[in-house]
Amino acid sequence: MTILVDADTRVVVHGITGKQGNFHTKLMKDYGTNVVAGVSPGKGGQEIWGVPVYDSAKEAIRAGNANTSILYVPAPSASRASLDAIEAGVKLLVIITEGIPPLDTMRVIAVARSKGTRVVGPNCPGIISPGSSKVGIMPAEAFSRGATGIMSRSGTLTYEIAWAMTKAGLGQSTVAGLGGDAVTGTNFIDALTLMKQDPETTGVVIVGEIGGDDEERCAEFIADTSFDKPVIAYVAGRSAPSEKRMGHAGAIISGGHGDYESKVAALSEAGAQVAERPSDITRLAKSMFR
Amino acid sequence: MVKGKEEARKAASKMLSSEVRGEPVSKVMVSHYVEVEQELYLSLTLDRSAASPVFLACPQGGVDIEETAKTNPKAIVEERVDLIVGFTKSEGEGIAQRLSLPKELHSTFASICSGLYSLMTDLDADLVEINPLALTPDHQLVALDAKVILNDEALYRHPEFRNRESTPALGSEFERFAQGKGVKLVDLGGNIGIIGNGAGLTMATIDLIKTSGGAPADFLDVGGGASAEEFERCLSVLLDYPRVKLILINIFGGITRCDDIAAGIREALSKHATRKRMLVRLVGTNEAKGREVIDSIPDAEIESFVSADEAAHRAADLAREEP
Repeated sequence: MTILVDADTRVVVHGITGKQGNFHTKLMKDYGTNVVAGVSPGKGGQEIWGVPVYDSAKEAIRAGNANTSILYVPAPSASRASLDAIEAGVKLLVIITEGIPPLDTMRVIAVARSKGTRVVGPNCPGIISPGSSKVGIMPAEAFSRGATGIMSRSGTLTYEIAWAMTKAGLGQSTVAGLGGDAVTGTNFIDALTLMKQDPETTGVVIVGEIGGDDEERCAEFIADTSFDKPVIAYVAGRSAPSEKRMGHAGAIISGGHGDYESKVAALSEAGAQVAERPSDITRLAKSMFR
Repeated sequence: MVKGKEEARKAASKMLSSEVRGEPVSKVMVSHYVEVEQELYLSLTLDRSAASPVFLACPQGGVDIEETAKTNPKAIVEERVDLIVGFTKSEGEGIAQRLSLPKELHSTFASICSGLYSLMTDLDADLVEINPLALTPDHQLVALDAKVILNDEALYRHPEFRNRESTPALGSEFERFAQGKGVKLVDLGGNIGIIGNGAGLTMATIDLIKTSGGAPADFLDVGGGASAEEFERCLSVLLDYPRVKLILINIFGGITRCDDIAAGIREALSKHATRKRMLVRLVGTNEAKGREVIDSIPDAEIESFVSADEAAHRAADLAREEP
């Protein structure tokens, strides 16, 4: 068992005729992902890498009997495309697109919640359950099948960490790139809840970043639920200057959370092992996850 | 507070020749005098963890609002907005009630809230803030100061603000220098230039240099799938800016291809007479091809690394040696 994506995942690619959509459809198929249909308004009827293309999300999802959508469409049309996919009934919507205005993302998340669709992203690398399914843009070579669950707000840093673990013989059950935007459909707690229930995952790596309070909330969750799998965390941005963009309201709503110290303190208190450097994660995992 | 034209002129010209946090004052707002009975705080912002807009209000507004929020968080009234339903008048009246405003003002206050909500959703604002919102002795509500932050990512659908983007750029000299060449970076004050791909990896690189005792000059994320041309432009900025003594490039190839990055390095160096020491770590997609290109660059001081830790260590050591 893995989480979010597995051999039963049937994917529709939205924006399949675009440069990124086209390129990654090929890579996902090469990996063995079940890509069943594509969407590109006005360009239906053709095939891309053997995948039939439809004009609308509804047609594509129905024809392919899909349960998952991945979005490569440009930011201005991403909100519409997301709502179409949710409306058509997919269970999982992975939004790769970056630069979507936060209010659009919030609307998509609100509708998704009301329809029971899980959103991952936006501005994320997607999800991979190594050896079984890849719904995203990550370089496949960095990953191998194993027992570590990785969840991350970063893209390349995740590849870096997974690659180091793979080289050291530590495979991954599922790697979930949750996205670098301040507003995302799935946060650390959501992913951790799924990993808690997954028997294949025996240890968890959390890759956080400064900003927001996702790490602090996640730490609270680990402590409150007596999370029973060992957790290693890394937080990027220790030496970044603090940003004060949001006026008084930003300071009020963050309530003192968001900086490196606050995140590391919360995670350590909850019992997670905090890695100083990304390269420390493999070393810690070797001793903790066996 | 001034009386009459002459006093206003004097006060304004004094302000115009002063600086606020290092920035010269270029405009002065003059408003008529308002007698104030109570100063309130009211804003609408994005609650990112709840994924919804949120009203924040407080009976004690003014400059000390952040302090109030810290010492007496219960004084802050929060009201989240359901984006599917929208903001309703009764929710606005509810906020007024929780602020203990006089009953006859509840409806007016709710209209102000609705106005803020329309402003946010129509203009794609991240923040709409009135501080202070004054309650006058004759029971009027008057906005004495306000702040609106528009969302950068939504500017494409607001042509009305396009001209505003050309107002003088803020930021340090280094940041403006980069901006002039179409490159966005954050000035960190040190002398080790850094380019990475992906915000997380770039931040991690900066952290590694700091823990090794080095001083990072910048945060520069070339983003996903950077072409040779884009990379060349980024590197040129660091080559041209005198404070940068050496350059560390940390790339994990995914969509970004290492050979494209290497080609960008070669191009930039072929066009620049200035030579700076460069430490390059290229791993991932087309890594071998990338290294081949790097090795073929004539008379450049480039050291290649496989480990990010070692590259950062070396950068910090070299920066210490060079004054």
